[in-house]
Amino acid sequence: MSGARLELEGLGKRFRGLRAVHDVSFTVPGGAIHALIGPNGAGKTTIFNMIAGALAPDSGVVRLDGQVISGFRPDRICDAGVGRTFQLVKPFKGLSVLENVTVGALHRRPHLAEAREAAAAILSRLGLHDRRHQLAESLTLPDRKRLEVARALATEPKLLLLDEVMAGLRPTEVDVMVGFLRELNQRTGLTILLIEHVMRAVMALAAEVVVVNYGEKVAQGTPQEITRHQAVLDVYLGEQEAL
Amino acid sequence: MSFVKRLTGDASPRILWSLGILLVLLLVAPMMLGKYWLSVLILVLYFAFVGQAWNIMMGFAGQLSLGHALYAGLGGYIAAGLYSHYGIGPWAGLFAAVAAAGVAGAIVGYLGFRFSLAGVYFALLTIAFSEFTRVAFDHWEWAGGSGGLFLKVDTTTDIVNLRGGPVLFYYVILALAAGAFVLCRALLESRLGRYWLAIREDAEAAQAVGVPVLRCKMIAIVISAALTALAGVWNAFYYNNLFPETAFAMGRSIEITLAPIIGGLGTLFGPIVGAVVLTGLGEIFTDLGEALRIPGIKQIFYGLALLVIVMYRPAGLWPWLADKLGLKERQP
Amino acid sequence: MTSDFLLNLAQAVTKGLLTGMVYGLMALGLSVIFGVMRVVNFAHGEMMVVGMYLAWMGFEYLEVSPLLSLPLIAAIFFAVGYGLQRSLISPFIGRPEHQQFLLLLAVAILLVNACLAIAGPDSRGVQMESQFDSYELGPLVLDAVRLHAALAAVAIALLLWLFFSRTRTGKSIRAAADNHLAALVVGLDVRRLYAFTFGVGAACVGAAGALMITIIPVTPFLAAEYTLLAFVIVIVGGLGSMTGALMGGLLIGVSEAVAGLLVQPSLKSMFSFGLLILVLLLRPQGLFGKSNS
Repeated sequence: MSGARLELEGLGKRFRGLRAVHDVSFTVPGGAIHALIGPNGAGKTTIFNMIAGALAPDSGVVRLDGQVISGFRPDRICDAGVGRTFQLVKPFKGLSVLENVTVGALHRRPHLAEAREAAAAILSRLGLHDRRHQLAESLTLPDRKRLEVARALATEPKLLLLDEVMAGLRPTEVDVMVGFLRELNQRTGLTILLIEHVMRAVMALAAEVVVVNYGEKVAQGTPQEITRHQAVLDVYLGEQEAL
Repeated sequence: MSFVKRLTGDASPRILWSLGILLVLLLVAPMMLGKYWLSVLILVLYFAFVGQAWNIMMGFAGQLSLGHALYAGLGGYIAAGLYSHYGIGPWAGLFAAVAAAGVAGAIVGYLGFRFSLAGVYFALLTIAFSEFTRVAFDHWEWAGGSGGLFLKVDTTTDIVNLRGGPVLFYYVILALAAGAFVLCRALLESRLGRYWLAIREDAEAAQAVGVPVLRCKMIAIVISAALTALAGVWNAFYYNNLFPETAFAMGRSIEITLAPIIGGLGTLFGPIVGAVVLTGLGEIFTDLGEALRIPGIKQIFYGLALLVIVMYRPAGLWPWLADKLGLKERQP
Repeated sequence: MTSDFLLNLAQAVTKGLLTGMVYGLMALGLSVIFGVMRVVNFAHGEMMVVGMYLAWMGFEYLEVSPLLSLPLIAAIFFAVGYGLQRSLISPFIGRPEHQQFLLLLAVAILLVNACLAIAGPDSRGVQMESQFDSYELGPLVLDAVRLHAALAAVAIALLLWLFFSRTRTGKSIRAAADNHLAALVVGLDVRRLYAFTFGVGAACVGAAGALMITIIPVTPFLAAEYTLLAFVIVIVGGLGSMTGALMGGLLIGVSEAVAGLLVQPSLKSMFSFGLLILVLLLRPQGLFGKSNS
């Protein structure tokens, strides 16, 4: 037992011979919020997909609380306690907002009425309660992002993977989401790993940042350290002047 | 009690009253209706029942099957074959029929889902299995080959062997249709039902929130196939004959899909409304065709009606009708 | 004995190859339409049968050989296909599959029953002058009728290939098939191209019908069979691939002819459907299709 909630060890993945992720290792301790950053195409989402089981790694392992979860099916990894959102949101379009989240809640509460109650509670906290009877396809993009988070939370995960949930939000909306996640983390001790381009959110939330480029980890440290890290400045910040 | 409560759930009293009245009317119908209208009503109930069965797969779980004749045909052939060869009555035979169809469904489903065939590709796989079986039955002596399998026509009522007149068959198909309706409602209001809807909308997202996608799809196809096999058994004993050319034909499969598509996919009332409309149109056009004496004219009207419905009510008639009647079936 | 058998086999294979070329042309129409619009034409066999009836009528009432009426039939099919796409099918592009299926099913029912209403249920055939002529190729005997039909099918497929590789419209259609959004961005009139494509696909199947009537007589009940056959060919060859459709046609033509020789002729479609199931499971992109996973 390493004591880490999430542990990646030498994770690698190739697509048709192309190296998408190579030898990536890092850990996220229980109760922490970490961020995964890097330019587009650096392999961040591929790493997420390997943690969540959507892709099987070619090499390396993923451990959750010391147990190997890599190679499991996504639903088994959800069982184990990993919740995720999708970068390109995937709402159940033809179902209402409440039912979207209820599907997530059913995972730990097999009775529909109970699951629905739990879902409604989560929706209130994310400010979607008024829209709960709307069809998910009628939501605006920021609301769809919130719905992604709500649905993943409804599965009551130990580790939450957030893939660019701030993208497309206005600055005030980013602040609301940051506030919500921070409060959630402090109140429940939920461990969060987020992929994010919005540096404002990364700086506000993450205790540590892992930087990847061309599928490899190039740096890891606190946000302050990262902004001073020469390799990071070279590969990432020079290219994107978002900071 | 809690089961009843879950079934009725949040359905409005208006819907429950309407359903109650409808059931009473259907129960006394044979006493009020003549032979012709009873036969029409039997057809409506038959299509409502198989439509409900098919809807579980397509309307709930989102898997397009265009080969459901396979399950109806297998069911019918097995029950009829057991009865005519060994005198085993259909009430026992239906277990074999349901089991065989369930296994067939499991094979088609496992192959299709395991190799992740979706949409049209999955539909073509279902057609291929149905056609394959059709040709096999054409050459299978036990099942009568292409010459067909016949049951002795006998209208003295014998409930044990499901022999009798239209009234007997009416009540059997009414029980099946009502049972399927209740079953589908119960399924929809369960975790499994919600998981199906989630898979229909987005399988990847469903799996990410813990839905065991393959298992849920397998359950859907097996239940759907088993119910369809019951319809096949009923059909075989009602008509007393079976031919591979019709029992496993693509036309038979298509016929099964029409009521739920026209009525409204994924809704409980869709297959019923669709069955009423399609059977009604069929009867009207048959009369018209006989009056006009042109071959194919009945089907031409039928085709036109389908065209109009799919162009102007692509989501089906029931959602629109329910809206007009103020009886909105709560879209989950 | 064995040499006799081998000769019979070679004869069957030849016959299958020739018929298969016409099958290929029919399937080409389905493949082109799917490849570009992602719409499965469930009325394909019905369109084939309409083509066969038109050629039969030209022969029966105007005494024109199907090979001569073929260009006109193809032109009519193109125009009707273009119109059909513009009016009926266009709104259904990108809609759920079951809706497209129902729409084309309605079209299929209308087409096949219009044939039934006009020409009746009897089988209608064409007696070509070259009915009993044949060519000898070493020990093999080639039916003149079948050979002509096959050559015409190949010529049309070649024309189609030239159209898609050399003309502006053809290239635009291929571009639209590869990337719908990009085509819109560079200002291609996708709606017109789609209509054009459906017209081309319809012309293929109309022409195939005109050729097929010289080989076998037509009844309305053949329609569903041809729809299934076209599906089988196109899936086996690779949905959306032109060479795939042609090669699939040859393969199915040969497998039918050989199955007819080796086992009962009535079992021949079991071979085709068995092949379809295997291809769907093991190589869903088709034997000649490119993998795009």
